Amino acid sequence: MTAPLPALAAVDSVAQPDHGRDERAGFHPEQPDVQHDRSREDHAKDQPVEKVVMALHAAHPEKGSMTDYNFAYLDEQTKRMIRRAILKGIAIPGYQVPFASREMPMPYGWGTGGVQVTAACLTPDDTLKVIDQGADDTTNAVSIRKFFQRTAGVAVTEATTEATIIQTRHRIPETALTKGQILVYQVPIPEPLRFLEPRETETRKMHELEEYGLMHVKLYEDIARHGTIATSYDYPVKVEGRYVMDPSPIPKFDNPKLSDNPAIQLFGAGREQRIYALPPHTHVVSLDFDDHPFVASKAAHDCDLCAAQDSYLDEVITDDQGSRMFVCSDTDFCRSRREAGHLGRLGTPLSEVEQ
Amino acid sequence: MYVAVKGGERAIDAAHAWLAEERRGDTGIAALSVAQIREQLALAVNRVMAEGSLYDPDLAALAIKQSRGDLIEAVFLIRAYRTTLPRFGASSPIDTGRMALTRRISATFKDLPGGQILGPTFDYTHRLLDFALMAEGETPASVISAPVSSPTGETGVHLAAAVPHVTGFLNRDGLIQTETPGDSTPPDLTREPMELPATRPLRLQALTRGDEGFVLSLAYSTQRGYGRTHAFVGELRIGTVAVEMDIPELGFAVQIGEVEVTECETVNQFTGSKTEPPQFTRGYGLVFGQTERKAISMSLVDRALRWQELGEDFTGAPAQDEEFVLMHADNVQATGFLEHIKLPHYVDFQAELELIRRLRAEAIAAKEAAE
Repeated sequence: MTAPLPALAAVDSVAQPDHGRDERAGFHPEQPDVQHDRSREDHAKDQPVEKVVMALHAAHPEKGSMTDYNFAYLDEQTKRMIRRAILKGIAIPGYQVPFASREMPMPYGWGTGGVQVTAACLTPDDTLKVIDQGADDTTNAVSIRKFFQRTAGVAVTEATTEATIIQTRHRIPETALTKGQILVYQVPIPEPLRFLEPRETETRKMHELEEYGLMHVKLYEDIARHGTIATSYDYPVKVEGRYVMDPSPIPKFDNPKLSDNPAIQLFGAGREQRIYALPPHTHVVSLDFDDHPFVASKAAHDCDLCAAQDSYLDEVITDDQGSRMFVCSDTDFCRSRREAGHLGRLGTPLSEVEQ
Repeated sequence: MYVAVKGGERAIDAAHAWLAEERRGDTGIAALSVAQIREQLALAVNRVMAEGSLYDPDLAALAIKQSRGDLIEAVFLIRAYRTTLPRFGASSPIDTGRMALTRRISATFKDLPGGQILGPTFDYTHRLLDFALMAEGETPASVISAPVSSPTGETGVHLAAAVPHVTGFLNRDGLIQTETPGDSTPPDLTREPMELPATRPLRLQALTRGDEGFVLSLAYSTQRGYGRTHAFVGELRIGTVAVEMDIPELGFAVQIGEVEVTECETVNQFTGSKTEPPQFTRGYGLVFGQTERKAISMSLVDRALRWQELGEDFTGAPAQDEEFVLMHADNVQATGFLEHIKLPHYVDFQAELELIRRLRAEAIAAKEAAE
């Protein structure tokens, strides 16, 4: 079986690449002829679903600033696998598609699902926005944005309106999304039935059979005990009358924005290896009862910085005497309102802040 | 006046700079070299290779150095590197029957063809701190003579002769359940999402890269009665095996390297079930490097997970529960999800605050109305 030594030397360079980090630079097993597809790509710009498909052809490693890695970190084969899962998800709204999630250079639970979905959707012409808790400057949002600046070299923005792809954790931006945008959610536990039934083998069967009685019993028990449905975030929804879906831990205030949204909404759960999707203008209903209708609640205050009455608010403790203020969780929304001259109870005109 | 907290980016950079400084420690003390870690902390290197699913002692040592000795962090570094590597192909299955042995013991037979080889083991050492090591003195050069006879005849065991597996002896008498070789390509846990119920190859893959502590505790629980399987160590062997690969251009397999592995086969008492006759059954463990605690644990858990196939009862023991074991064995997944609760959750917490305030207000109002 074993070959004589000379043969060994012949394959040595293939079998044991040194760790000089060079061997992968030119390795793009799926790399298509970029020029050939250019016209189709341009055409795809205002057709977001198409864009996901067309991104298949967008391997531009030379644009990344980390030359050792492929554009947007993942190799093209992995991206193709993820895009297939995304397309399947879009074809069956609300259905959780298993996908072979990869180890990413950030920990599971920190947005690896969202990062993989974003990486699979990004093209060099995209403009990326990353938010966590609605804010662009929270540490993990900064970290993920830097990751894509480094590995994909794409333009980044804090303005919701300028972004073509927005990766988010726990919020939907206040500014209405538009056709052509992709909103990527980071999802910790994709299974809405998980805390009612811990076994994946069982919950998949429940989805297959559309067996959602357990969920309604849970909501009913909430009402019996508390007089109201005691779920304030991660509030379950039903998609197009079929799949019960976990909207990720967004506050239920954001739930209405899921429905009939002109943007593509993609959900990635890395550790749990699931992707699901809401294509544009999908009908999404928050679960409730006729006599206990769903209410999208928020703190009963106005933003203390920009005076917005209809945005989701964070409560900030300002001293040890129990004083507190309420500010928009969506930092871009709040800033653009202040730029437009709106001023809240404790706000300072932006011109003064900058001086 | 209030200005929203900014500066996440600067804080991250500063934290990383501080981390780098802490990692190095006192600069008055010489830095560890990767080679020193590889040679002198070899068992840590082995664990990182096993759970990182990448056989590369140099990179594992680098990961240990970079992670300040946090082995789960090191495993994570290796996994994140591994996942970016292109795949050239698959090797032929390794032949552990032709292993260059450094250790080989059987607890079921006093002596056996191939002999018992104790090898470099902590077994039978007295766990007394060796202060000579602290004084930077080396242990005196060993006075051990070369083994009287090693199974391969020479001490430089590189021409591995066949050493039969203990379970093979039992099998000749039909006393142990036979493992029938299959032709199907085993699934690849790192390329396909985990699907349940899992096949045995998939379970073994998950266990061999699973967290040593988790697999150990599960195995221990079976010994204490939670899914008891009455295991004996039929054979434990550690050594290097050749890795061969078929090269299509050549038309035959060539050796492309060798890896050190630990293999454990347990022999389990089995009095028969509705479907199977009384005979011994097997558990199997195979792990990169010298990692015998892990390999033994793996084989016990493997055996416990086979209850269905052998027609045993499910007693509700955690080690029998495939979904429980497989979904929680991976320490990179576990640590990531556990630690993510450090990330900000104030949007969700705010929603909970509103809910609790409202429920409290209603409860207090109801109480007052009653009074």
